Amino acid sequence: MTQYLLSTHAVEAGSPEGAPTSPDDMQAFMQRVIDLEAEMDASGTFVFGGALHGPDAATVVRTTDGDVLMTDGPFVEAKEHIAGFYVINAEDLDEALLWAGKVADATNHPIEVRPFRATGKVADHMPQMPSV
Amino acid sequence: MSPTTDADRDAADVERVFREVYGQAVATLVRVFGDISLAEDAVQDAFVVASDRWRSDGIPPNPAGWIVTTSRNRAVDVIRRSVRGRQLHEQLRDGSAPDTQSTAAWEDEGPVKDDQLRLIFTCCHPSLRTEQRVALTLRLLGGLSVNEVARAFIVSEPAMAKRLVRAKFKIKAAKIPYRVPAEADLPDRLRAVLSVLYLVYNTGADDPERASLRSDALRLVRALVDLMPDEPEAAGLLALILLSESRMAARTREGSIVLLRDQDRTNWDRAMIEEGQAIVRFCIRRNRPGPFQLQAAIQAVHCDADSFDATDWAQIVTLYDHLYSVMPTPVIALNRAIAIGEVEGPEAVLAVLDAIAPDLENYHLLHAARGSALRRLGRLEEAQTAFGRAHELASTKQDQVFLQRQIDAVAADGIALS
Repeated sequence: MTQYLLSTHAVEAGSPEGAPTSPDDMQAFMQRVIDLEAEMDASGTFVFGGALHGPDAATVVRTTDGDVLMTDGPFVEAKEHIAGFYVINAEDLDEALLWAGKVADATNHPIEVRPFRATGKVADHMPQMPSV
Repeated sequence: MSPTTDADRDAADVERVFREVYGQAVATLVRVFGDISLAEDAVQDAFVVASDRWRSDGIPPNPAGWIVTTSRNRAVDVIRRSVRGRQLHEQLRDGSAPDTQSTAAWEDEGPVKDDQLRLIFTCCHPSLRTEQRVALTLRLLGGLSVNEVARAFIVSEPAMAKRLVRAKFKIKAAKIPYRVPAEADLPDRLRAVLSVLYLVYNTGADDPERASLRSDALRLVRALVDLMPDEPEAAGLLALILLSESRMAARTREGSIVLLRDQDRTNWDRAMIEEGQAIVRFCIRRNRPGPFQLQAAIQAVHCDADSFDATDWAQIVTLYDHLYSVMPTPVIALNRAIAIGEVEGPEAVLAVLDAIAPDLENYHLLHAARGSALRRLGRLEEAQTAFGRAHELASTKQDQVFLQRQIDAVAADGIALS
């Protein structure tokens, strides 16, 4: 089992392309997403997910020789930024793409699929220290 | 098999066998070890051993099985030696990993056909770029060396090596499966495989220096049809390639393209035509038409005619109508327009060409078709401009030579009239 990040992006500070505009659209949109998340949950696919505030709310923290420096804004000033994501379990890329298709269909947003190189705590991936 | 004494013939035989079994062996090792690079390296090592031994002992009766067994043993050695391999080796010893120890069972089994089918779908996965799909297919299944693939696509060997490494990395990192797609996805995924193979063929057909790609494509399509005999579109592509290939010898003369109307039809390959037409008839009986089958059917009608004038153009236009309804691309619209021109004359073709021109402004054959219709109408200045534009846009030497001759011929028409 591999974990994949399914993310969608927003352009500038606006809402993602294809976002619902009327209250009725919004209602239908929410229902599609709720149904899809229930399906993800039932199949053991859903790990975590969320929607992010825009880059206006971001702060970057750096340290130099122990001094902490904070700057306003995201890492890179870009036109596009991640707006929301799911982390899912999938057997392989085909299964991840299948779910990405469903998310794209329910949300009307393009979805980027990226495999995790590793998940969980780094300590869990370290080889065991030989006992002395 | 008794050893041959003729060393040269033996060496050539060994080369041919290598190319034939490379894809089978790599595909089987990928299934066993789940790692393309490991599989390739092991098969390469087995070829080194084989090229010595086979030249002295002769080619074994089951060369693919021999290569699979030898390379599998090599791969097991590599795994044992690698740091991470120790873990795997532990698993092998305690029996929790698949048995890769006993060689006896493998000698008889040899490669499994399904392995190749799985690997074709991996190589042509839609999450890879088209140029990656083509390169992987030729390298892993076609058995071409990195250098041969690089030359076929006119890029440097390091650039091609990099492209292949990236593609293999993505397969591994993103976990692109080694699997024949589920029934629901199969039509789309098979179409991706078939377009890669057709692209390989056309790349060879457009450039005499890359002619070997034509036989590589034909070999791979034959293998695919063998693996998926119930897929009419795979059969359709095989027929299309056979029927195009049958006219190849007549298609060029003195470095220039020869138009269908001017080809010496006695130079067409009758055996290929018969095989292609038999497949087309089989597809028609099966009645599950698709773009490749329809294109093959069009070629079958051409190959049926003893002369250009005897061509059943009405039938061809009907087939193009059908093809355009399932695949409405500008290039098909162009070919349909040219067929209409043969039925209804140059004025009709010009009207259709003008309608599709905006989509094909940079396609040399649109301008060549316009030039040819204008010339038939005696509008020589416009014909000259159209052929000139076509010449500017043409990318292959053969097309450029052909179009220059058209430009010269239109100029000669003008002199004759004045």
